[in-house]
Amino acid sequence: MAESQGAIAVDIDNVSKLYGNFTALSAVKLAIQDNEFFTLLGPSGCGKTTLLRCIAGFEDISQGAIRLYGDNIADLPPNHRPVNTVFQQYALFPHMDVTRNVMFGLLRLGRSEAEARARAGEVLELVRLSQFADRMPAQLSGGQQQRVALARALAPGPKLLLLDEPLSALDLKLRQAVRLELQQIQHETGITFIFVTHDQEEALTMSDRIAVISDGEVQQVGSARDIYEEPDNKFVADFIGETNLIDVSVAEVAGDKALCTLPGGAQFTCPAARGAHSGQGHLSVRPERVSLADPAGALLTGTVTRMIYLGTDMNVDVRLSDDEIVTARLQNSSRTRIPAMGATVGLEFEEGAARLLVD
Amino acid sequence: MAGGIGSGPGKSARTYAGFGVPLILPAWLVIGIFLVVPIGIMLVYSFLTKEFRGGVVWEFSLAAYDQFFFDRGLFGDDPPQIEWTYILIFWRSIWQAGLATLLSLLIGFPTAWFIATRPASTRTIWLFLITVPYWVNLLIRTISMKFLIRDNGPLNTWLLEAGLISEPIHLINTWVAVQLGLFYSYLPFMVLPIYAAVERYNFALSEAAADLYASRFVTLTQIILPVVKPGIIAGCILVFVPSLGSFLAPDLLGGAKNFMIGSLIDEQFKGAAGNWPFGAAAAMILLSMVMLVLIFYARSQSRREET
Repeated sequence: MAESQGAIAVDIDNVSKLYGNFTALSAVKLAIQDNEFFTLLGPSGCGKTTLLRCIAGFEDISQGAIRLYGDNIADLPPNHRPVNTVFQQYALFPHMDVTRNVMFGLLRLGRSEAEARARAGEVLELVRLSQFADRMPAQLSGGQQQRVALARALAPGPKLLLLDEPLSALDLKLRQAVRLELQQIQHETGITFIFVTHDQEEALTMSDRIAVISDGEVQQVGSARDIYEEPDNKFVADFIGETNLIDVSVAEVAGDKALCTLPGGAQFTCPAARGAHSGQGHLSVRPERVSLADPAGALLTGTVTRMIYLGTDMNVDVRLSDDEIVTARLQNSSRTRIPAMGATVGLEFEEGAARLLVD
Repeated sequence: MAGGIGSGPGKSARTYAGFGVPLILPAWLVIGIFLVVPIGIMLVYSFLTKEFRGGVVWEFSLAAYDQFFFDRGLFGDDPPQIEWTYILIFWRSIWQAGLATLLSLLIGFPTAWFIATRPASTRTIWLFLITVPYWVNLLIRTISMKFLIRDNGPLNTWLLEAGLISEPIHLINTWVAVQLGLFYSYLPFMVLPIYAAVERYNFALSEAAADLYASRFVTLTQIILPVVKPGIIAGCILVFVPSLGSFLAPDLLGGAKNFMIGSLIDEQFKGAAGNWPFGAAAAMILLSMVMLVLIFYARSQSRREET
């Protein structure tokens, strides 16, 4: 929740990270708000983990500043940053039991043994692990280890919690359960979370805001709805969910509207992303917003080339006259008309469902 | 087919478990014939009476142990006093071996850490380089060291020429020379097991410690050392045990005043001046010492697993 608008927890100001000639991060600017569940989303190798490691202090930045509630922490070693991390493979201390693992940070901060033990008990209760307090990490399941890692990072009460793909080692069912738990814990503790993932579903379901990252650059920042419904560019549209990218010629762009010519010749007015211009462009339409229609007078026409049964839905691939494939996702209900393979069909979508994108 | 798969694991488990005895049998035979039997012979010999030209007379006697621990005067009828000569030799062996272990650890740990943190491609080269000096026989290496550290040897010559010392350092026939010989002989036995442990160390643990406000020192003492401890202990045992019984280094570098238990035993089996039962008794006492160290290690290991 971005309730406390205005208070910036983390200000990532023009941060670049170079490894020799390779640019891992290129002038990244992000303002993460207090008490926000903020996700860095991108394919592997996009720089999201590098950015997280720069915030934690495991990597030096080549340029820029990282401010935590106004203080530049970019030059501090990791043990002087009031930031804790949940590691991808948990990195629990194998020679310490669960309680000792959770107490570790508290003892380093100078808390007394008794105080640290009491706090560890509280945090273990929060993650529902109290009955495993005396176990060694090796005696726990993956999900339990993940919760210990979370408890250990929460125990010192950091201003900022970093989570590096913490769910990637869990199986699907558990992952879905832990998602809700994480969100709930974030609400209860009020700590700002920065969560790294390559899983768009994870990002969409958990985050207040998402930064989509590719090739070391921030592509778009926004709520789940923003980036799904109004992607800024082709990469974001393609990476978040599935989309059809239809080649169109753009007659003119006026404000945030564009007039396009679809393959087959139909004229179509639709919203345009920032930077769209006349000439060639891509129209992004989500498969679930495409519907089948009578070929006469439809926006697009083509032949059905493939049908994929998905359980709740069915994907119908339609080949257009220019050989482009457009996918329509039909709900699997008794009322849905299922076309025959090879049939000529028309495709329709609403003006607001499509969006003209720049590359 | 389904039945075959279902019964598969049980059957194959039985089959492979059945291989257990034949697999270990050759090792048992070798250990039995060349280790247990000789130790048994030694144990028996330590309770026999000595023959004057070496060898034993088959007559039970506690004389060997008595000679090791007690002084009963020239004719053997004075009241028994503690005989310190051999106990002191023993004590010297223990502290020399202990010091060699400590020095090997101080040099070996950083070396092992360095090698284990190199890129995987160059690690093999470093490990290979560690073993190069050990292609030369231990005797030759020890004699070479004797020449190197002589009063007018290369080490002193170089130090004199460099102006670092004004007169030769007298090393040969001192405990320092023995120490150098010991720790140099067994250094790789410290490096290799620690290397193996550090190589398996997950460096994310160090990051996690730093993330949880640990200084580098705390990370070393509370995370790294406990996690790689099995490697350190293995290295310490592999250096301490052979150092304790070593006789080449004390013989060649230490002279008469720096006798260690290995040299003492060695001498009892040489020529007519020897005393086989006494040598066997000293060897049994050494063996008990080593057993004590290993039992201590085994107990610390099982404690580790319990916690």
